Amino acid sequence: MSALSDAAGQPARLAMLLRAMSGVLVLLCLFAAIVFFDPNFLHPGPMMAFVKRSTPLMILAMGQLFVIVTGGFDLSVGAIVSFTVLSSALLLNGDAAGTWWVVPLVLALGAMLGTINGLVVSRLRVPSIIATLGMMISINGAGLYWSGGSARGYLPDAYRVLGRGNLPAIGPISGVPVAMLVLLAVVLGASWLMHRASFGKMLLAVGDNARAAELAGVPVNRVRTLSFMLSGLSAGIAGVLLGGFSGPSTGVGAGLEMQAISATVIGGAQLVGGRGSVAMALAGSLTLQALFTLLNLIGLPKPLRDAVQGAILIAAVAYSALRETRKH
Amino acid sequence: MTTRPDTAARTTVAPGAFAPVLEMRGITKRFPGVVALDEVSFDCRQGEVHALVGENGAGKSTLMNVLGGAIRPDSGEIRLDGAHASFRHPLAARRAGIGVIHQELSLIPDRTVAQNVFLGREITRHGVLDGAAMRRATAQLIERLGLPTDIAADRLVRSLSVAQQQLVEIVKALSVAPRILVMDEPTAALAEPEAEALFRLIGQLRAQGLTIVYISHRLTEVLRLAQRITVLKDGRIVGTLAAAEADVGRIVRMMVGRDIAQMFPPRAKEGEIGPMVLRLAGVATPVLHGIDLTLRAGEIVGLAGLQGSGRHELLRVLCGRSRVTAGEVEINGHARPFRSPREAVLGGLGYLPDDRKQEGLLAGQSVRDNMLLTVRALASLFAGRESAARRRGISISDIARQVDVRVPHLGVKMGQLSGGNQQKALVARWLAVAPQILVFSEPTRGIDINAKSGIHHLMRTAARSGKAILMDSSELPELIGNSDRIVVMREHTVAGELPGGASEAAVMELATR
Amino acid sequence: MRYSLARLLRLLPAAYWILVVCFLVTWALCERFGQGDFLTLENFNNFIARSVALGIVAIGQTFALLVASVDLSVANLISVTVVTAPFLMQGDPALILPAMLGLLAIGVLVGLVNGLIITRLRVSPLIATLGVGLLLQGFINASFGHLPGKVAPGFQSLAYGSVGPFPAPLLLLVGVTVLAMAVLHLTRFGAHLYGVGGNAEVARLSGIHTGRVMIGAHMMSACAAVISGIFLVSRLGSAAPWVGTESAYDLQSIAVAVMGGTTLSGGRGAIGTTLACVLVFSLIDLLFNQMGIDSFLKQVLRGMIVIVAVASYAVRERRAVA
Repeated sequence: MSALSDAAGQPARLAMLLRAMSGVLVLLCLFAAIVFFDPNFLHPGPMMAFVKRSTPLMILAMGQLFVIVTGGFDLSVGAIVSFTVLSSALLLNGDAAGTWWVVPLVLALGAMLGTINGLVVSRLRVPSIIATLGMMISINGAGLYWSGGSARGYLPDAYRVLGRGNLPAIGPISGVPVAMLVLLAVVLGASWLMHRASFGKMLLAVGDNARAAELAGVPVNRVRTLSFMLSGLSAGIAGVLLGGFSGPSTGVGAGLEMQAISATVIGGAQLVGGRGSVAMALAGSLTLQALFTLLNLIGLPKPLRDAVQGAILIAAVAYSALRETRKH
Repeated sequence: MTTRPDTAARTTVAPGAFAPVLEMRGITKRFPGVVALDEVSFDCRQGEVHALVGENGAGKSTLMNVLGGAIRPDSGEIRLDGAHASFRHPLAARRAGIGVIHQELSLIPDRTVAQNVFLGREITRHGVLDGAAMRRATAQLIERLGLPTDIAADRLVRSLSVAQQQLVEIVKALSVAPRILVMDEPTAALAEPEAEALFRLIGQLRAQGLTIVYISHRLTEVLRLAQRITVLKDGRIVGTLAAAEADVGRIVRMMVGRDIAQMFPPRAKEGEIGPMVLRLAGVATPVLHGIDLTLRAGEIVGLAGLQGSGRHELLRVLCGRSRVTAGEVEINGHARPFRSPREAVLGGLGYLPDDRKQEGLLAGQSVRDNMLLTVRALASLFAGRESAARRRGISISDIARQVDVRVPHLGVKMGQLSGGNQQKALVARWLAVAPQILVFSEPTRGIDINAKSGIHHLMRTAARSGKAILMDSSELPELIGNSDRIVVMREHTVAGELPGGASEAAVMELATR
Repeated sequence: MRYSLARLLRLLPAAYWILVVCFLVTWALCERFGQGDFLTLENFNNFIARSVALGIVAIGQTFALLVASVDLSVANLISVTVVTAPFLMQGDPALILPAMLGLLAIGVLVGLVNGLIITRLRVSPLIATLGVGLLLQGFINASFGHLPGKVAPGFQSLAYGSVGPFPAPLLLLVGVTVLAMAVLHLTRFGAHLYGVGGNAEVARLSGIHTGRVMIGAHMMSACAAVISGIFLVSRLGSAAPWVGTESAYDLQSIAVAVMGGTTLSGGRGAIGTTLACVLVFSLIDLLFNQMGIDSFLKQVLRGMIVIVAVASYAVRERRAVA
């Protein structure tokens, strides 16, 4: 009896490749459409700006990925982003020297809020929808309470450089946003967790069949809590970047949770859990951001943006559901 | 179960019964990549119990799905009383007089018996639901069938035992007055006395002119109940026997095409059984009491008992799902109360659940990931995914070969494997972490005859390599044939122990006294 | 019918005893720490109004939960109703009835859309209703300020009037409750709802059109949201688009229904205990008001209370709530 092949079979690899290619194709089409409306887009300046704008979403999507793969949802990330920005402004109040301790502090706060989410879902057995919706309301309230209802405080440049600054020119390469460095670090970290470490496989197991995973010895509660912690942490990072980018305001994070979920779904993750990858989250984020850019260029009025987002979300999930049924 | 079938039921013949009430001719059904049914022809006479037997995958379910209107055949025809019939939807088949009772219970737990019976065809008066009328009709039917009166029309299905629920299924199927009733593994969840009640009921229904198609793996049962037995193999009819001319051996040969000479691997010899590995003394939970159990390395202990005897609860204790309120649980002499499934695994106990789909498999993940699940779960979450296996010195492909799992490569999704291969893969999952104790619950449920013996050999090999095996099975022949010792449970406690090879009667006596 | 009444009688005492305890505790706390009197008419009216608004939405949400679905668009639908009602009425008493019918029609339409997205597009109810909620949000953003109108005089009697000794809001709540229970226990649709929620596949094989049942459940939920919105507009007297989302009607209605015994996995529901839980929530709100708690802090506490409430139910049941 010949040794069993330990590798994934040829047909499975091909299917994955085709699916990835179709995603890239959609993205290219969107870029083409954007260029049609704004020929300037293809230059390094606007492109870098586009990437800089997409970075918070990409980071949020990677955090959300961890939760979605386990079959849950984290609806509190938008609130955590807002809270991060508000609290940074209040804590710093213009003092640039404080940046070195405020940034780690708010990141830790984000991670802690995420951990609370995780504990509520895994220990108290509250469904993630309700738990994270409740946290969203509470965190929003806490942020508003602390800041007295309007964005107070002032973010110094030392802080804001993370979100909107560019690196000094290295030889011919100039204008590389600092945000990209942050993104790179997050991508490396997330990829390692998801695709190299056992953690990723444990996430998939919990999402596929939590009962079977538990009986097989997987520490389901710990895995779930960690996934929410990572999501909260990613919201903290995104908050710091967004705070740098657009300055303090109360509604900076509103709606971001929906965008993050949409991005993950567009990228191909399954909402029932059991499937997903970092590449998917990134591709989905870029696609969503490109879509928004295109709609902006076309001249879609801001109030309708919510409506469009709702439609995109439904369409993305419907398409992925359709893809699933067609596969069988 | 070893007594000769009662002759009275078998010689009763309904008047004018030789014209077939049901004929299925030349039924063919293809699915992508497989021919499920190939020119199958099958007929039933009125008032007969016609058994349909065959391995898993032989085509029995597909044939019954065609009859029941859930699937349309690619070719062939169905005739009822000589007239052509074709069904687009299960409802159409039901209206034509065909009732199907599936293996999975199709009841709504939070509704009453009457509400379940009338689901989809509720009685209304002036547009309003007439609950009283539905309850009355249900109660009348229950009485007419001679069923125990504790199955009241307004009891919640959730409050009934599995056996009672099975009877409610029958009431539901019979409430539309079918002429033909298909029963798929009706005794799978029933213990001996309940099965007897069912057989009596079947006799009664026959006397009332009902035709029954009886699908079952339990051949002794089949021989006792049926007038004719049809054997399916690989989508084709192998033959139809009159029950009087058949015996288990002949039927099995027809089903698998070969003799099953040696059904069970040989038991452990004296020197092969090692020191005590697991000890339960006076263990109690909210449900159980006075549980004394020991497991030694190298032996297979069978766990027997009727439905509701507490077997299931004992397994829950072992796999860490139930809290122990009294008594001691020791592994290798050290106290190890299992407070969670993970603690049980860390303590060296591997559990293979009876419901593989719900509690064992990760259907959407690869076979490889399924096998490596526990290895990875026991290592650090942040360790590299491959290092866990490497550090233990395990090669997954070696273990896969050891358990003889048949897949083209290990990247195949677990959900696509046959029942037997899935079970083997699950065994591989545990072998990879070298547990001291393996607990099997219904080890060969949903697995064909060919593959069953493979699982039995796997168990024996594991025992011989020094593991202690506990096997819980409702199939007495399997239990008795495989075990070195049998622990019998009754009424939530251990009733006694028997040596391996004890008679079925002895086991039953301990289980029911 | 006998069965459900008996169950209600058995359940009613327990939940309502808890309610009485909560009332006494609230009274004590308010007397000790509160600003102003506790047993005032104004407090009572606020309490009733809050209970009615939340109660009607919770009843609607129960329909969705019964079929293992969920409706997260209710908050935005309430806002839409509140914004559109004055526009449809244009201050003309003769237009009150057509306006309400029009609003109900909008509710039916939204429920239909929700149901179709779930059944035809195979989108999970969470995403579907969240997405539709976003769509409604976009409509509100775009239209607020562009829909001039006035609430007709006399319309506000719905919120402030009374029939005999009974305040009109209470009658509205009772009416909706009776209607809902009649549908659930006395109609075929109700029986099918329980069937689909209990086991959708079995229901389908029994000939029940599961898609239609799902759509019907969502229509019920949407209409309940609209009725609640109509009540709120009648109370506020003008369009206030934040009213639905500020009070988190979506989350609170789910929480209250789940606390009341409706499971998220479908098939089980109890309107009676749900209403008791609604009253408890309203009491807590009253407590916050009396103690002068900052509105933002109130929001923080609201979120946590919901989590604690659902957690206590889930832990008590020891079953995976979904």
